[in-house]
Amino acid sequence: MKIHEYQARNLLEQAGIPTLPGDVATTPSEARKIAERFTGQVVVKAQIHAGGRGKAGGVKVVSTPDEAGVAAASMLGRRLVTHQTPSGGVLVRKVLVAAAADIADELYVAVVMDGDLGVPVVMASTEGGVEIEHVAETTPEKIMRVPGDPLIGFSPYRARDMAYALGVPAELVRPTADLIVKLYRLFVDKDCSLVEVNPLVVTRPSKPGEVARIIALDAKVTLEDDALFRHPELQALHDPDQEEPLELRAAAAELSYVKLEGGRVGCMVNGAGLAMATMDITKWAGADPANFLDVGGSADEKRVEEAYRILVDDKDVEVILINLFGGILRCDAAARGIVAGAKATRHDLPIIVAMRGTNADEGLKILGDSGLKVSTAADLAGAAEGLKTILASMPAKGAHHAQGGGR
Amino acid sequence: MAVLVGKNTRLLVQGLGRDGAFQASRARAYGTNMAAAVHPGREGQKFEDAVPYFSSVARAVKETGANTGVIYVPAPAAADAIIEQVDAGIELIVCITEGVPVLDMMKVLAYMKGRKSRLIGPNCPGLLQPATKVKVGIIPASIVRPGTVGIVSRSGTLTYEAIAQLSTHGLGESTCVGIGGDPLHGTTFTDVLGLFQADPETEAIVMIGEIGGDREQRAAEFIKKNVKKPVVAAIVGHTAPTGKRMGHAGAIITGKAALASEKIKALKEAGVHVVDSPAYIGQKMKEIMGR
Repeated sequence: MKIHEYQARNLLEQAGIPTLPGDVATTPSEARKIAERFTGQVVVKAQIHAGGRGKAGGVKVVSTPDEAGVAAASMLGRRLVTHQTPSGGVLVRKVLVAAAADIADELYVAVVMDGDLGVPVVMASTEGGVEIEHVAETTPEKIMRVPGDPLIGFSPYRARDMAYALGVPAELVRPTADLIVKLYRLFVDKDCSLVEVNPLVVTRPSKPGEVARIIALDAKVTLEDDALFRHPELQALHDPDQEEPLELRAAAAELSYVKLEGGRVGCMVNGAGLAMATMDITKWAGADPANFLDVGGSADEKRVEEAYRILVDDKDVEVILINLFGGILRCDAAARGIVAGAKATRHDLPIIVAMRGTNADEGLKILGDSGLKVSTAADLAGAAEGLKTILASMPAKGAHHAQGGGR
Repeated sequence: MAVLVGKNTRLLVQGLGRDGAFQASRARAYGTNMAAAVHPGREGQKFEDAVPYFSSVARAVKETGANTGVIYVPAPAAADAIIEQVDAGIELIVCITEGVPVLDMMKVLAYMKGRKSRLIGPNCPGLLQPATKVKVGIIPASIVRPGTVGIVSRSGTLTYEAIAQLSTHGLGESTCVGIGGDPLHGTTFTDVLGLFQADPETEAIVMIGEIGGDREQRAAEFIKKNVKKPVVAAIVGHTAPTGKRMGHAGAIITGKAALASEKIKALKEAGVHVVDSPAYIGQKMKEIMGR
């Protein structure tokens, strides 16, 4: 589960990690009031679950409380489009208003699970403030990776070694090592799948007598969905505004729905591997998937019906490809769900079904007797061929939209 | 001898809720020797009037000599169930449960180091051996037939797809093993490939991988050095949108290795027959076996 920057920042603060003072506002006047608490420059940041905000106008550094209000007004209630959001952008309902820092150096630090090592690793780099993907591609030697341990956690000496390698000023080695250990502990305590601070900054003292500090200037925390059951306080951080309505409906029905841009084939599958294989063969057949709906391993009739309804509520869908393999999922139950869903919605859509495994014969019979436009396939290759045939008999993508478009 | 399970398998099923009970029933109907059922509160009763229930794995093992365990308990309790089976001395533990927290698995894998149990899964379909009628998990018995192809796969349903394709081409399986799709799992590709290479019942191997991680590359290295039997592989996810399933920082861990193209390259270099589309696994295997 993704959470907002201000929420991540709160988690960091609770973990004893230094951040700059700030607060969250939902109106320009609130933003102005928060800015009044600080002397010097203030940063106003749109709170959406996507990166690339800076380039898209979602992060502004201002000098006065009035300007903070203006900056907030330019973001709140608008849809912010970044390279990570859907093309329509995401609605900004909150902004974070925080004191700005005088930055001497920008670093990067993150904690993430390493599936191959089987433990979380701390990644750090001297190249902070830029996209870490870019660093990984161009100068991978500039990213350190140091593993933790299931029993020990993250050894302070390892954190200290990392602090030295990051080249922080001598007086900041201890605070930086301390920060790294606390980030690791946060990752474990809250069952995170990612804790990322980019940039982690070394501040420049603004007046004599002041000392340099190490501060988490930005914070990104992703929580592991599978572990939320033991963190009721974190479940409350979920922000449904950040998700597509169909994704929310899918999540409520314990289904996994992924919207894809530009396709016309609605895909219902069970299992992530079969989802990817179905996507590969859809491309092979010359089409693009409009979405993916994974009903999971143990769906029943009701859940499959809801899955079908969600699938066809995606208006890009012109043809349906269903590829199910019964295990715990029983194909007869799935078939009844599909028929119920189709009869209640867009029953005229062509449907290609490959169905094998537990009670597959009963399932195929139910579909065959349903009166729907169903063609069945024996396997993945057959489904690909079936899809190709149907696509060949259909007008080009989007043609039916243009008919009613009055162009 | 056979891989992982065989004639001497005595199966213990832990967690007999709706799904667990359904699958246990299927396994028994197929002919699997189910020795014990573990579900707290049901001790003294019998599953299907035949298999004794126990409240603890240790008691079940003591009373029945069960040596293989399958876990269907809900995700929040799955890690504890694995540890209970390890402590009871179960040799092969298969965890079907999906959604086990990754940090739970971190602890489980650390706990298992130096102990003799082997874990398959979690989030896997388990294994099935047609010749001995041993079904440990949820792979549908109706689709398999005895044969000489060993299957190892990260994906559940795609394993069934491969089995169905082999059947279409008149081929059957020695043992099918689903190792599971979670980032932290017990038995790996490399482990199973080694077992298949040593198994006289297995003549050829199907391996199904996915994008993400670098386990396929490790398997490729292992195949190059140790596997003499023909291997047909499919890697799915060529066209998966980046960043939809895995976070960017997670992908960085292995960098380019996570890409389908890199995995395919490594496998081809190791002499593996990699099919362009997962739809052609059966066809390719038929070609090779017919030579």
